[in-house]
Amino acid sequence: MSNSSCPVCDNALIAAANAQVSELIICPDCGSELEIKTVNPFSVVEAPREEEDWGE
Amino acid sequence: MKIAFLHSVLRKEEKLLLDEFVLRSDIELVMVDDRLLSFYLNRNNYHFDVVIERCINHSRALHALRLFESAGIKCVNTSHVATVCGDKLLTSIVLKEHNIPQPEVAVAFTEESALATIEEMGYPVVLKPAVGSWGRLLAKVNDRDAAEALLEHKTILGSYHHSIFYIQKYVEKNGRDIRAFVVGDECIAAIYRTSGHWITNTARGGTATNCPVTEELGRLCIDAAKAVGGGIVALDIFETDNGYLVNEINYTMEFRNSIQPTGVNIPGKIVDYVISVGGTR
Repeated sequence: MSNSSCPVCDNALIAAANAQVSELIICPDCGSELEIKTVNPFSVVEAPREEEDWGE
Repeated sequence: MKIAFLHSVLRKEEKLLLDEFVLRSDIELVMVDDRLLSFYLNRNNYHFDVVIERCINHSRALHALRLFESAGIKCVNTSHVATVCGDKLLTSIVLKEHNIPQPEVAVAFTEESALATIEEMGYPVVLKPAVGSWGRLLAKVNDRDAAEALLEHKTILGSYHHSIFYIQKYVEKNGRDIRAFVVGDECIAAIYRTSGHWITNTARGGTATNCPVTEELGRLCIDAAKAVGGGIVALDIFETDNGYLVNEINYTMEFRNSIQPTGVNIPGKIVDYVISVGGTR
């Protein structure tokens, strides 16, 4: 598994063994919610912000 | 069996469901990200036995389900269930039509009529957007000053949805309500959600403890689930001196905080149900 870094605080991030595209993860350093874009290579983006019709 | 897993971002619940699907044999799981979906109405070329819907946006879930159904594909939940449960007003109407106990609810469409309704119902009341979840934009209205301000803000700041004033009599929960889980014909588990705040969602810090599913609670939940179309739903229930009241019903249930206190494999039961709808185990 490859590494990436938090787009908010640049903290190093290591992909979990069962990491999955679209999965939400939390940066352990700054607590930002991130979304896994690719697994190999491991890349993340800031998770989309909550919208008015989220959840049900 | 070919199962489409309709999703957007994958939350803890989706990961738990995917872990369960992996344990099942003879299942081909196809991930369908609603952000990438491009649906041609005249090309019914989706060869799924069933779709399990796990979108995070209600609007996308609702329409995607209807589109897949138009292509002849069974969906869990159905677009009908999404339509009813996704709108608190429709839910309340259906519950009323099926004599399911619920808090007093009134609806008005203008600031003036809503204020008059609130005054008549008596404070406190709760103002809710008809469409919304996770306790978002709920307002406990304790007096006329607050009512006037809220109604004005909702009218001016919100889209037209926010001028459908869903007014619910405030029910004193003494810091606790019940979230019950129905899968098919079974109320599989329930939790008490305890919070110092009048909004008890565990997403907002409410704590979860096991709630025994008594005969009475189970019967109410199954009846209410059937009323809105059945499938896999989570019900919010108030305990009152006059018995249980169904507050609302969710059709894309979250359950991450409910597995440990109940000891019930909620994702496992969901997956088994989806497979049964898909046709074979």
